[in-house]
Amino acid sequence: MHYSVCDFLLDIVQNSIEAGSANIVLKILEENRLLEVYVEDNGKGMDKEELEKIRDPFYSDGQKHSKRKVGLGIPFLLHAVELAGGSCNIASKKGKGTIVSFSFPMDSIDSPPLGDLPGLFLSSMCFDGNYELSIYRRNKEADIDYVLHRSELLEIIGSFNKADALLDLKDFLVSQELASGEVVS
Amino acid sequence: MAKMTLEQLRKLREEKKGEMDKREVEGKNIQIIVGMGTCGIAAGAKQTFEEIIREVDANGLAAQVVIRQTGCMGLCHVEPTVEVVMPDMPDTIYGRVDGAIAKEIVVRHVLGKALLENHIYDRPAVDIVKQ
Repeated sequence: MHYSVCDFLLDIVQNSIEAGSANIVLKILEENRLLEVYVEDNGKGMDKEELEKIRDPFYSDGQKHSKRKVGLGIPFLLHAVELAGGSCNIASKKGKGTIVSFSFPMDSIDSPPLGDLPGLFLSSMCFDGNYELSIYRRNKEADIDYVLHRSELLEIIGSFNKADALLDLKDFLVSQELASGEVVS
Repeated sequence: MAKMTLEQLRKLREEKKGEMDKREVEGKNIQIIVGMGTCGIAAGAKQTFEEIIREVDANGLAAQVVIRQTGCMGLCHVEPTVEVVMPDMPDTIYGRVDGAIAKEIVVRHVLGKALLENHIYDRPAVDIVKQ
């Protein structure tokens, strides 16, 4: 079972990449003790019937693993949302893409912790392929507001496969979670 | 640490680039691949991935090693899983790779060319082997 919101998100982003998306938009917004998350892709999408089935943990389209009988990513998320009294909406169009959005009340004891955002962003960018990932992050109370684009970061660091480049990128991502003017040792 | 701008990141990379170019070898020939499917994520593959990055850098292997992520390798029961492909060693898939084992993979397998025998799960599960 996933532990944090970041775990759910890495799973969803990976689904988007595996669905052949060229563009993925990830928004993580916190305001008034509500966490709102939105993932939009332009991958292969799903029809109404498939969309219904992804809620079933004992359903998998069998394309990735032909004998596998489970698909747990979305059922994990739905279970966590239901437990915490949040909300979740999944919309999809075959051939067009999918939008997954969900929210968690941050004061609920059953809401999962947000988790390691810089680690999520790093891993989300490091899958093979030429997809664009645009990240919008805002936490009004903490004075955090930034936008990241995978293509722009790749142009700067040169590679998502080299350890030294990834360490610099991780430092950069960690620093984005600081408020303007905030310095930590 | 203060909030870094894109320009600062660019400058940092350019400073290191000169140093890396000196060490760069023709064609990186070692691959470390971390399984990042639902099962891997739930078992802590993200931490494993980051530990491998740190250890590869700490041992000065950045010029030879390509670090990649992939989806589920079909070994959900022993996640996190890590595959190592390199010359003079058999292609190996390790299972139950936490941070400490990740470190050992870099030091003992990649540098020392020795297998970590208690963590080898060398064949992908039957449902993902190409017919």
